[in-house]
Amino acid sequence: MITIDDLTVTFGAVQALRNVGFVADTGKITAVLGANGAGKTTLLRTISGLKEPKSGTIRMDERNLVRMRTEEIARLGIGHVPEGRGVIGEFTVEENLRLGAMMAKVNLHQGLDEQYELFPVLGDRRKQHAAKLSGGERQMLAMARALIAKPSVLLLDEPSLGLAPLVTAQLMHTIHSLCESSDLTVILVEQNASSALRIAHHAVVLHVGKVVANDTAAVVAADANLRQYYLGLVE
Amino acid sequence: MDPFLTSRVVTDVLSGLTNGVIYGMVALSLVLIWRSTGVLNFAQGAMPMFATYVGFALLSYHFSYWWCVIAAIIAGVLIGGLTERLLVRPLYGKPEINPIVVMVGFLIVLEAVAAAIWSTFPRSLPSPFSSIHWQFADKPFALSPFSVYEIIVGLLVMTAVAGLFRFTKLGLQLRASAVAPEVSRLLGVRVGRLLTLGWMLSTVVGVVTTVLVSSNFFSGLTPQVNDGIFAFGFIAAAIGGLESPVGAIVAGVLLGIANQFVTDYVNQNAVIIIALVLLIISLMIRPSGVFAKKSERRV
Repeated sequence: MITIDDLTVTFGAVQALRNVGFVADTGKITAVLGANGAGKTTLLRTISGLKEPKSGTIRMDERNLVRMRTEEIARLGIGHVPEGRGVIGEFTVEENLRLGAMMAKVNLHQGLDEQYELFPVLGDRRKQHAAKLSGGERQMLAMARALIAKPSVLLLDEPSLGLAPLVTAQLMHTIHSLCESSDLTVILVEQNASSALRIAHHAVVLHVGKVVANDTAAVVAADANLRQYYLGLVE
Repeated sequence: MDPFLTSRVVTDVLSGLTNGVIYGMVALSLVLIWRSTGVLNFAQGAMPMFATYVGFALLSYHFSYWWCVIAAIIAGVLIGGLTERLLVRPLYGKPEINPIVVMVGFLIVLEAVAAAIWSTFPRSLPSPFSSIHWQFADKPFALSPFSVYEIIVGLLVMTAVAGLFRFTKLGLQLRASAVAPEVSRLLGVRVGRLLTLGWMLSTVVGVVTTVLVSSNFFSGLTPQVNDGIFAFGFIAAAIGGLESPVGAIVAGVLLGIANQFVTDYVNQNAVIIIALVLLIISLMIRPSGVFAKKSERRV
């Protein structure tokens, strides 16, 4: 479980996040929605320790993550699939996965087999350089690389960005079934509000760094004002 | 004995190989630091020089050659690690010229301090093997027991470093930290420690090179011992591609051999000119280096 309380993050004079607070429950998908510049990516980067907040706390269970190093936060079991995916293009698919498995106390071969089963296309391309993969395949690799470490929390930053609708649907389905079958806590940042709301249990809507809605996904999805003004969903 | 072995071509190739492994190791040590931290380390000759002086100071206390080598390597580890932590780390993310100026300054300081402590007088290090060339049918052969030792050590060091990068978990993390530091940290890789380790490793490769060069009867250890070979190692690294360890090694070895042919067939003074011409040609044709992949440039 991730509990965020009164989190404020600034870039110079600009406040990227203002007193943000919400809870991402264990085994649930929490969608963080909002327009460009709402502070969604900054939120994930702050959870991972890539950006230090001005004030506030981020707790994983009882542990405060603020001011911990990124690598130590990762070693606590927080997987972060960054915006743009962050696969290492000059590494092969398998090298990317090996890097992901390195810090986890998992059997490498078993871990690889599990990921190849989940994403068969990666198994077919295990010896290929990641730079040669398509956008959708890269996204799968980035997910697999985070999942192979058996994280308890998964932070996903715009996984649907640049993907065809069919691939996005497949990806969302995979995220949903992962959550169903384990106690994985997912914080899903998306601009594509409709597909995120379809699989999320809970939704937080950010607008210029402030939380404007924090409720179950069903309630947020049904709110006409939110849909129109903050999520860009025109009826 | 077969006159082929003492022929001019074989002599040039083998003599060139002896220098080539040295250039290859210098180039490799430059590439290790460039790839991991994006710093062109102009003190890459001076840091191991200093470590070698420190290690071989044990000679005065009657320690053997091998103990001095181990001490020099330990000194190299410390100098490499401390330099990265104290001098280079504050410069990450700053304009590229900053670390260059700092490292040139560090080179001058290290050479001056070494001269003040140990003088500029060449100090010939003991050698575990004879430098007298073998003779075949009264003709001198290109190699001596010492040059064979030099070639074997050079090849072993280069193979070990290449193997470390290619086949080990540590190597995978070192490569990942170099090309994608932020992503590596998100995967739990302790990037800061690995950068320090890269500088240590690079300085140790430099120490091995310096010990070999300084054991040469004709040159010995001086504060400037590495200035000349640094220039050729740098040219080799630029030709091979600063991103490519294998490219740097191959270019270093080939440059050594080419230099020997130029010395033999043209003139020793033409060596640096021809090396620079080769550098210019290779930079014109393949600016990122003959062996580098275009996409590998660190940004």
